[in-house]
Amino acid sequence: MIAFRLPSLGADMDKGTLLEWLIHPGDTVKKGDVIAVVDTTKAAIDVECWHDGTVEELLVEPGAELPVGTVMAVLREAGETSEQVRAQIDALRTAPASAAAPSATAPVTAAAAARTPLAAGRVAASPAARKRAAELRVAVEAIAGTGPGGAVTLADVEAAAARAAPVNRGEAMRQTIAAAMARSKREIPHYYLAEDIPLALATAYLAECNAGRSVTERLLLAPLLVQAVARAVQRYPEFNGFFRDGAFVPGPGVHCGVAIALRGGGLVAPALHDVPSRDIATLNRELLDLVQRARAGSLKASELADPTITVTSLGEQGVRSVFPIIYPPQVAIVGFGRVVERPWIVDGAVRPAPVVTASLGADHRVSDGHRGALLLAAVRDLLQRPDELAKATP
Amino acid sequence: MTREELSARIRACLGRIAPEVDLDALKPAARLRDQVDLDSVDWLNFLVAVHADLGVDIPDAEAARLATLDQVVDYCTARLGTA
Repeated sequence: MIAFRLPSLGADMDKGTLLEWLIHPGDTVKKGDVIAVVDTTKAAIDVECWHDGTVEELLVEPGAELPVGTVMAVLREAGETSEQVRAQIDALRTAPASAAAPSATAPVTAAAAARTPLAAGRVAASPAARKRAAELRVAVEAIAGTGPGGAVTLADVEAAAARAAPVNRGEAMRQTIAAAMARSKREIPHYYLAEDIPLALATAYLAECNAGRSVTERLLLAPLLVQAVARAVQRYPEFNGFFRDGAFVPGPGVHCGVAIALRGGGLVAPALHDVPSRDIATLNRELLDLVQRARAGSLKASELADPTITVTSLGEQGVRSVFPIIYPPQVAIVGFGRVVERPWIVDGAVRPAPVVTASLGADHRVSDGHRGALLLAAVRDLLQRPDELAKATP
Repeated sequence: MTREELSARIRACLGRIAPEVDLDALKPAARLRDQVDLDSVDWLNFLVAVHADLGVDIPDAEAARLATLDQVVDYCTARLGTA
């Protein structure tokens, strides 16, 4: 039996609201399939399944607010019968939740479990009412039904939504960002370093690549910057990972969080996975897709849960440099300012050159300025060999 | 296609990238990026949208010179006229 739990949605997100199930009992699911949509203060998130199996039962209803780690559904593994699984579901319902939570990153407290609908009976409601409740983000369980047998009707849902205070996503997102950044500034002894990096070779490389290309294949500078950081932290791995329980835990790969400003305010920093293994065209495509989905509000849970380092780029509309704040539990963040033409000395002569200021915010509990300087110097040197940076590494 | 129609379609492409913008209030001769918050990803997505809608594939070097809505409309007019 597989107990499917609400996965971590990033360090600053400890609960979500189920908006919609994309699976039904009896469906076959594969690892990586998106099986549910969960709303957070930042965005609606596609939640993927991490196992192959057959859906036995969905334990929570759309509209329910779920702490991270809540058992949302039960799947049968290959070879298991429905009867075998049913007995275990009953045990799951009655067992203390703490005993059923093996993962330290996804704890289910007994109190939290008691609040979830896992232990509650199914509320009678019409399918239309459930759908509308999910759309309006009201919990169907919290509504007193006026239909037959106390069932919740469409009208009940709309009346309840009208009574509820309007959800202000902007305000909720601001609180989420504030909580994460306050924790960062409270707990992480930051140190900062910066380096001016000439980009004449990188921009010339991109111009040459883009000269004959259609807009649909055009390369941006941002993926080259992200790749330079990813390759640099491979050499200096103490900047790639997490600070947990008083110790540094290296990242399981190099997954670069990319800070993306949302229209209307706020930001998210979802991950580009296994960046060093990507060639520049692939990384470019993945970055464009990620930005588009972040702004459209269709990110995946895995993208929010596991960045090992973050890159923030102010872009063309920005200013020269950024003093970035680490996103906990990560231990480093690299920022890039706007690329500007500056006087630069080449072979004893002053020439105009495109230059970007790269800055590093790093955790003094894990690394020191000397190693941080080597990291930024590696970023600088990697960007002087853009053709090598553009190739995938095995 | 008249210039007004072309301009409306180009503005609609922009509206898909930046839905918060009042397209009718855009000043055609003022820099687009002073009026709309567009980063390099948004700008590229705008060019991709223009390509998809009008079939005009604006080369990288040309795109860097296009700053105002008028300039984009002029460029597309020229390209569509000679196509």
